[in-house]
Amino acid sequence: MSDPDPHYPVPPAQRFEPDPEAPVASPEAMTAHHPHEAPREDFEALFAKRKGVFPKAVSGNFRRLKWAIMGITLAIYYATPWLRWDRGPYAPDQAVLVDLAHRRFYMFGIEIWPHEFYYVAGLLVMAGIGLFLVTSAVGRAWCGYACPQTVWTDLFQHVDRLVDGDRNAQRRLALAPWGPRKIAKRALKWGIYLVIAFWTGGAWILYFADAPTLVRDFWSGEAAPVAYMTVAILTATTFILGGFLREQVCIYMCPWPRIQTAMLDEKSLTVTYKHWRGEPRGSVKQAQKHPRAFGDCIDCLQCVAVCPTGIDIREGPQIGCITCALCIDACDSVMDQVGRPRGLIDYVTLDGAEQEQRGEPPTPILKTLLRPRTLVYLGAWSAVGLAMLFALGQRTRIDIAVQKDRNPPYVQMSDGAVRNAYTIKLRNMENRPRRMDVALSGLTGGLIWTDEMGLDRAARAQSVTVPADSVARIRLYAIVPQGRAATQDFAFTVRADDDEGGGDSQDTTFEGPRP
Amino acid sequence: MADNKHVDEATGTETVGHEWDGIEELDTPMPRWWLWTFAATIVFAIGYVILYPALPGIAGATEGTLGWTSRGQLASEMAAEQDRRAPVIAALARIPIERLPEDGTLMRAAVEGGRSIFKVACVQCHGAGAAGGEGYPNLNDDDWLWGGDLKAIEYTLIHGIRQPGHDETRMSQMPAFGRDGILDPRAIADVTSYIRLVSGQEPASAAARRGKNVFATNCAVCHGNDAKGNRTFGAPNLTDPIWLYGGSRQAIARTVTNSRYGVMPAWGEKLDPVTIKMLAAYVHSLGGGEDFVAVARDPEIQVDERP
Repeated sequence: MSDPDPHYPVPPAQRFEPDPEAPVASPEAMTAHHPHEAPREDFEALFAKRKGVFPKAVSGNFRRLKWAIMGITLAIYYATPWLRWDRGPYAPDQAVLVDLAHRRFYMFGIEIWPHEFYYVAGLLVMAGIGLFLVTSAVGRAWCGYACPQTVWTDLFQHVDRLVDGDRNAQRRLALAPWGPRKIAKRALKWGIYLVIAFWTGGAWILYFADAPTLVRDFWSGEAAPVAYMTVAILTATTFILGGFLREQVCIYMCPWPRIQTAMLDEKSLTVTYKHWRGEPRGSVKQAQKHPRAFGDCIDCLQCVAVCPTGIDIREGPQIGCITCALCIDACDSVMDQVGRPRGLIDYVTLDGAEQEQRGEPPTPILKTLLRPRTLVYLGAWSAVGLAMLFALGQRTRIDIAVQKDRNPPYVQMSDGAVRNAYTIKLRNMENRPRRMDVALSGLTGGLIWTDEMGLDRAARAQSVTVPADSVARIRLYAIVPQGRAATQDFAFTVRADDDEGGGDSQDTTFEGPRP
Repeated sequence: MADNKHVDEATGTETVGHEWDGIEELDTPMPRWWLWTFAATIVFAIGYVILYPALPGIAGATEGTLGWTSRGQLASEMAAEQDRRAPVIAALARIPIERLPEDGTLMRAAVEGGRSIFKVACVQCHGAGAAGGEGYPNLNDDDWLWGGDLKAIEYTLIHGIRQPGHDETRMSQMPAFGRDGILDPRAIADVTSYIRLVSGQEPASAAARRGKNVFATNCAVCHGNDAKGNRTFGAPNLTDPIWLYGGSRQAIARTVTNSRYGVMPAWGEKLDPVTIKMLAAYVHSLGGGEDFVAVARDPEIQVDERP
C-alpha cells in the first residue's frame, strides 16, 4: 500500500524546514529531479504533456459527502425538467422552463417576464456573493464538491474504475501497447463516456421546451435544428472536458482558482497538510528504529494516489488543489492503521495552523466561521434575497403603457372636435384571460374608442379582453368636443374587471390646436 | 533584462528572466493540448476557406465549394417570405373590398400591408403620418372630398384624381372666378365673407349677406345651397373647420379667384389590385373611415370567388 509511486516524483518540501538533526527520511524524495531543470531550448519543451491522473478509490466521510452531493446535483440536473407544475390551460405545465420562444421563464410558482429579468440578475448577484461567502468561510468548497466539472470528472473517474480497474490497473492499461484488449476496453469506456455525455447534453435542452414533447420530437427527427446542435455541442464538451481534460480545466481554463487568491484569508478553512506534525517523513520501520526522529507522515503517498487532480497536498496550498478532501479520507485511514491520531491532513485555517504550531488551543470553529467578513457577505446575500422576495410579493400582474401618436399630433374633425390617437399596451401577467376597463382620468368631455369599433360607441371607458399571459396592443382614439380641445395632461387607467382586481395608470397628454 | 533566468524556489519552475520591482514571471510550459487546439483551429480555418467565400482577389473573392453568398441567402429568405404571404395575397385578391372587414385576420393583414406601401408611395404628398398639408388632404380626419368608405377610397386610388387621359378618374374643375372675369373683386370679397360666416369664422355682416346671393348663383351648384359640398364633384364642405388650402380671408379669396386643381395619380396604373386594396384598408383604418363595420374577430367567413 505504501509503494513509492514512480509516476509522482515527490518534489523537495521546500516550504518546510525539516529538523537538520533528523536523519534524511526519503533520499528519493529529497533529491527528486525537476522536469524543467535543463534549459528548454527545443520546441517540445515549450509544451508540457498532460500527466495521467489515475486517482485511487478511497472511502471515508468526505468521499461519502461527495457521493451524496454528486447524487443530489446530478438528480437535480437530470430530473428537474421532468417535474410538472399545473398552471392551468394557458401556460406550460413544466415546473422549470426557460421558454425562450415565448420569452417566459417559469420556476415552479414564479413566472418571470423579460422586463423582470432583474430577478435573474439578482439571483446571479446572490450566486456571486454566495461564492464569496462560501470561499471566505470554507475555501474552495464549490470547486471540491459542487462544480459541474468536479462532479462530472468524479463520475467519469468512477467509469474508469468500473471498466479499467483501480489506479494501478488503469495506469498499466494506459502504458500498455494498443491491442485487442486495450481497444475493447477503451471502446467500452469511451462508449459509456459518450452515453453520459449525450444524456448530459440531452438533459440541457429539456429546460428550454416541454420535456416529453421535445424528447418525442428529438427521436423522431422533428425537433428544431438548434436542439440537435446544442445536444451535439454539449455532448462533445462533456465528453472532452469530463473524459479527458478533467483537472486541466481547473488548472488552465477556469478563472475561479485565480479569484481564490483574493477570496481566501487567514481564517478560511482549507485542506492543509500539517507539516509541523508530519515532517520529517519516515516509514513505520524507520520510526521504530529511531523513535522521536520522525513525524507522523509515513510517506505512503496515499494522499497523492487518491487526488483527482494529481497533486501532492504536502507541498502546501496550491492552485491545483480543489479541496475535495479525499486526501483527508486517505490519510485518516492510514493513520488509523498505523495507530496515529487522525487529522495529519485536515481542514485548517492559516491562523489555526499557526496556533496549533505554537501549541495554543484552537479557536472554536463557530468563531472562525462567524467573523465580520463572512457576516457582511451573509448580510449582503440575505439583503439581496429579501429584497427580491419583497419585490416578488409586491409586483403587479397588470400594467399599462401609453404611447401617444406624434404624427399627426392631433386631428381636426369636421364637427370641430379634436381627436388624438394612442397606442396602448395592456399587460396581463396572469395565466388566464382577463377583462379590463381602460378609462379616462381627467380630460373633461373626452371620449375614447378603439379602432375595432365605430365612433358611435365612444365612451369614457372601454372594456378590453386581454388574452392570458400576454400583452394586448390597442389603438385608442380620444376625442374632445369643440371648445374644450386645449392641450392638457390626463391619464389612462386600467382596472381588472374581476374579483381579484388590480390596476395601473399612466400619465399622458392630449394635444389640441394652438390658440 | 532576460539574463536573470533561474529556477523559482517555491514552484520549481524556471523564470523568464524579467523582473519588475521584485515581481518575476514564471516560464510555465503550455499544456500540450493547447497546441493541439491551436492546430485544430487552423484545420477548421482551412475547411472554412475551402467551403465558403474567403480569399479576396482583384475582381472578387474565392467562391467556396458550397456556393454560399449573402445575396443568395437574402434571396432565399425573401422567397420564403413570399411563400408565407402567398395565401394572404391570394385571399385578398379574391375578396371584394367592402367585405374585407368580415375577415378580421385578412383586414388586419391588409392594414399592415397598406401601412408599408403607404410609406413608399404616399408619404411624398400625404406625409408619414398621413396628415397631409396645404393642398394634400389629411387622411386621418372624417372629411372626405370624394367619399370615405372602403369602396370609394379604393376607387380614388385606382383611378386617381384629375389624372390626365384617364376616363374614369375623379374629375371636376372649379372655375377661376376672378382670373376668368366671372366675378369682380368686390363680389369675391363678399362671397369670401359669406363662406367665413357659414364656417363660423366671422360674424354676420352686410358683405356676407351680399355674398350669399353670389354663392347661390355661382357656387351652390357644386357646393350645395347649404355649402356642405358634394362628393360627386369632390366639392368640399365649406362649413366645417377643415380647409385643404387654408380658411383665412386671403386663402379663400385666392381659391375663388384662381380656382384649385389638385391631382393624384391613378395608382391602378402602377400598383396591383391587392396592393391598392391594402392601401385602401390602411387609409380607411386611420380613424376617419366611413361606413365603419366592426371587424370580425374570427376569420370564419368563407370568401366566394370574385363576384
